[in-house]
Amino acid sequence: MARCYQCGKCSAGCPMGAEMALPPHDIMRLTIANDRERLFNDDSLWLCLTCETCSARCPNDVDPARVIDALRELAAGEGAEHAPRNIRAFHESFLEQIRSTGRLSEVGLIMQYKLRSGALLQDVAVAPAMLRRGKLPLRPQRIAGVGEVKALMAACERERGARAAPAAGGAAAPGAGATGGHHNGEDAR
Amino acid sequence: MTLAYYPGCSMHGTSREYEESLLAVAAALELGLTEIADWSCCGASSAHAADHLLGVALPARNLALAEAQGADEVLAPCAACYNRLSGAVHAVAEEPGMAAKVPEVLGRAFANSVRVLSIVELLQGLAPVIEERVAARLEPNPLEHLNIAAYWGCLLVRPAAITGFDDAERPTGMDDVISACSANPVSWNMAVECCGGAFSVSRTSSVLRLSRAIIEDARHCGADAILAACPLCHANLDFRQSAMSLRGEPPMPVLYITQLVGLALGLPMAALGFERHFVDTQPLFARLAREAEKAAAAAAERDAAKAARAAAKAGAS
Ligand code: SF4
Ligand code: SF4
Repeated sequence: MARCYQCGKCSAGCPMGAEMALPPHDIMRLTIANDRERLFNDDSLWLCLTCETCSARCPNDVDPARVIDALRELAAGEGAEHAPRNIRAFHESFLEQIRSTGRLSEVGLIMQYKLRSGALLQDVAVAPAMLRRGKLPLRPQRIAGVGEVKALMAACERERGARAAPAAGGAAAPGAGATGGHHNGEDAR
Repeated sequence: MTLAYYPGCSMHGTSREYEESLLAVAAALELGLTEIADWSCCGASSAHAADHLLGVALPARNLALAEAQGADEVLAPCAACYNRLSGAVHAVAEEPGMAAKVPEVLGRAFANSVRVLSIVELLQGLAPVIEERVAARLEPNPLEHLNIAAYWGCLLVRPAAITGFDDAERPTGMDDVISACSANPVSWNMAVECCGGAFSVSRTSSVLRLSRAIIEDARHCGADAILAACPLCHANLDFRQSAMSLRGEPPMPVLYITQLVGLALGLPMAALGFERHFVDTQPLFARLAREAEKAAAAAAERDAAKAARAAAKAGAS
């Protein structure tokens, strides 16, 4: 990550760059500078689609998409009040669906999302058209191994807690968090 | 070699026509897909944004089930599922500690032994068979008149370390399938650009902006339709299209790659789920049929003229 020389190529190809106050090359710069303040007081991290265009095109083999994913994990740990409500509501509803049935019911997802985000009327007009096309099965598919999936999710959460605990004690810099430990994109390549 | 099938959640919901056409094509080509019993959601774009380990463990459960079922390959037709399953294979193989950690959180044995196959790799491998079937068809072939833009999006080509079966910037596999179907791949600029993916619901405005640019470029480059291999892309390009301002241009049909292959194999339209699309595909197919008939009539006329000339020549000598 320290190899980033701020050429800006990542931001040039970023589909969300135009909507981000901090496009990927700025996120990289602030991460290297360890400017937690600016990174976490902005919704740019949450606007990233993980389309991986930046990482694919970086001339220096830096992996901004992976760094952003890691920063979001960190930010969520610190109370993600800057994540736009809709996007956070979507992710939370999604995971809740998996936890309760093992699969994603699109109807269930939309209902939960509406409750969490407050976007109660969004897309209601299209539901009949979806139904007519047989695209919205109303009964969720609950799998036999739903208990197993729930246990798996709980185990991951415990692991996360165990990882976060020592970090909370020390002065965990976003830079250190983003590049250290198991989710090092550069190691993975 | 046994091929397991991981449908993923969308194939049973909003992209039913993708599964319908896949199963029809699989039956016609005798592929013998075995669905993974009791499969669970791969976590798509939400799990990895929350927690890296969860983003590996959710897809890995399905790979472990496929292993237990005796499969050595898993077909994941949804590009998002393909990306997550492939990503899990890669993470377990490459990241320190993962190979031990994953079976532990799964509470299952997991040897990381199955290969994950995308729909494009599968169909590209079958291109010679498809070509042969197309050549054997007798009636005029409307697909010869179809100009179609292969849309890859993100998840089939990036990150290259995980996907890697084709070039990340100029992939060709979908074009090979289009050609095998006797249709014409269009050369265009947006093949690997992002459609807005998972923001379809949570930030629709971004999706409309990004997807509209894709549709406009396809049209500008002469495409009659866009070819997709991902339920998310299809929803953004097809379902969301009515909310886009297309500057007075007609809507752009978006076909699943399996629907195109189904048509090439001569399967009935009704078996391929076109009626589930939001953008009506009928005007396009009606036009292609007319063009095919016109071309067939012109060819017949040429043949008749040639025969007449030959007969006149034979009479004169
Ligand atoms: S991350 Fe890569 S592409 Fe982006 S500014 Fe740094 S060196 Fe350039
Ligand atoms: S992964 Fe995120 S930051 Fe990178 S190009 Fe895509 S949207 Fe932009």
